[in-house]
Amino acid sequence: MTEERKVTSNSFYQFLAEKKLMGSRCKKCQALYLPPHPICQKCYSTDMEWVEMKGSGKLAAFTAISVGPTCTIAEGHDRNNPYLVGIVKMDEGPKICGRIQGIDPRNPDKIKVGTPVKVEFPERVIGSRCYVSFKAQ
Amino acid sequence: MSRKARKPARGVAIVGAGMSKFGSFPDKNGRDLFVEAFTEMTKSVDKGIDIKDIEALYVGNFSSDLFEGQGHIAPIMADWVGLGPKPATRVEGACGSGGISIREGLIGIASGIYDIVLVSGVEKMSTLPTERVTDTLASAADTIYEGCCGFTFPGLYAAMATAYMAKYGATVEDFMRVGIKNHKNGALNPKAQFNKSIRDLMNARIEKAKQKGDPTPNWHDELDFLKDPQANPIVAWPMRLFDCSPITDGAACLLLVAEDLAKNFTDKPVYIIGSGQASDHALHEREDMTTLLSAKIAAKEAYEMSGVTPKDIQIAEVHDCFTIAELVAIEDLGFFKPGEGPRATREGLTAREGAKPINTSGGLKSKGHPVGASGVGQAIEIWHQMRGTAGPRQVPGKDIRLALTHNVGATGGTCVVHIYERR
Repeated sequence: MTEERKVTSNSFYQFLAEKKLMGSRCKKCQALYLPPHPICQKCYSTDMEWVEMKGSGKLAAFTAISVGPTCTIAEGHDRNNPYLVGIVKMDEGPKICGRIQGIDPRNPDKIKVGTPVKVEFPERVIGSRCYVSFKAQ
Repeated sequence: MSRKARKPARGVAIVGAGMSKFGSFPDKNGRDLFVEAFTEMTKSVDKGIDIKDIEALYVGNFSSDLFEGQGHIAPIMADWVGLGPKPATRVEGACGSGGISIREGLIGIASGIYDIVLVSGVEKMSTLPTERVTDTLASAADTIYEGCCGFTFPGLYAAMATAYMAKYGATVEDFMRVGIKNHKNGALNPKAQFNKSIRDLMNARIEKAKQKGDPTPNWHDELDFLKDPQANPIVAWPMRLFDCSPITDGAACLLLVAEDLAKNFTDKPVYIIGSGQASDHALHEREDMTTLLSAKIAAKEAYEMSGVTPKDIQIAEVHDCFTIAELVAIEDLGFFKPGEGPRATREGLTAREGAKPINTSGGLKSKGHPVGASGVGQAIEIWHQMRGTAGPRQVPGKDIRLALTHNVGATGGTCVVHIYERR
């Protein structure tokens, strides 16, 4: 049924809840988008198809957050319990933001851009929505 | 990629400027600060301005709705300074709102619709607790794809900083030096939120420890102080407290008039000769996260419109919401090559006495960052430096005739660049 879902952010998060990281590809010029875009930014076509990402990538940028928004404070994070977020470059090319697990956020100076990561699908949600999460390999 | 910049059909000049003190003012709301800025602006017009002659008002404001529970602020600001029933329009581009306000005023005059326009910015941020300010600022990013996993606004700039460190081998000290320099300038600015140098702040802490009978910290210098996690805690690594602009209340106003009318108001107008604005994707969708494409395009348009080059610019106020942002800005504007921002800062080229003084006002870092007002505040520093009224922070040994402002919304979703001339 995946093809019938409209290319919207709601669909993206529906897929994520089903443990699928989905991008969109322009059927006309093959440009790949993650997060999925409904209109191709290169050729303006609206003829897009869903593509499941393999889930592997590398850390392109990151940060350990000590002063968080209310939603991560509610998760129990604070100055003494920071959390890691990052921008991951997927093997297929596009980049996406996500929570980064499996590395110690207390020693951020030891973390390297380029660290391989793999998508994981946590059960936890922020607010009413699950979020993209990666685990360092 | 960018269109060819056209010249405005009619030139525009600044003939008046005023700003409130920037800081944290529990007893003042946005409109009180706006009245302060407006009053100072009217007094600054050398040959006087009849308020009735102002034809329209643009107000740069990011989020009075979330910060103060007040939407639709433009008519309120107009009313509070006696400008009603003139058209009053709020413009929003996150932290770039003020720059857009200047540009919209310029377009209004260049089009021939108006002769005399008030452009302004205001933000009252300190009412909310820090975590809700964090929520509000994060709403300037893409809440669905950036904020969702817990990215904050400082966090996005911190991520840019890690990409910059990985690409160019920059260090945390390179970021800290930007803050040291800007605080040094801000110490000379009576309107600045923190008009103290990092050394002043460090010495004050040592003095306080002595008075309390606590062990005296033995920091050797400012960098040593800034590396102490107790004195300078991490906000979003590698951005620490003193890498981040503060939470600020403030307002700023500029009076723009058609070039041919400028001399009716002052013998020393400041002409706006270049203007550029651009937008960009969210940070993760950018090819290169160590540069802002919107800044490069806005700068290119402003340079083309004015016919000047980065070399000609004598001073600039750039958007240092975080220390990494100033390094990226001075490279995007063509002042220094990509990756050379840290060296330029280390060698003092961007200091007030340097070859290319950057953020003589103290920048957003030390002067303060009332987000919607910041872009207008930048132009006010240029106004003072060009007219020789910057007091103790007047750039020494330079007759300032060409200057630039660079105002960014969020991580570069918006960027506005203006170029100014004194003839």
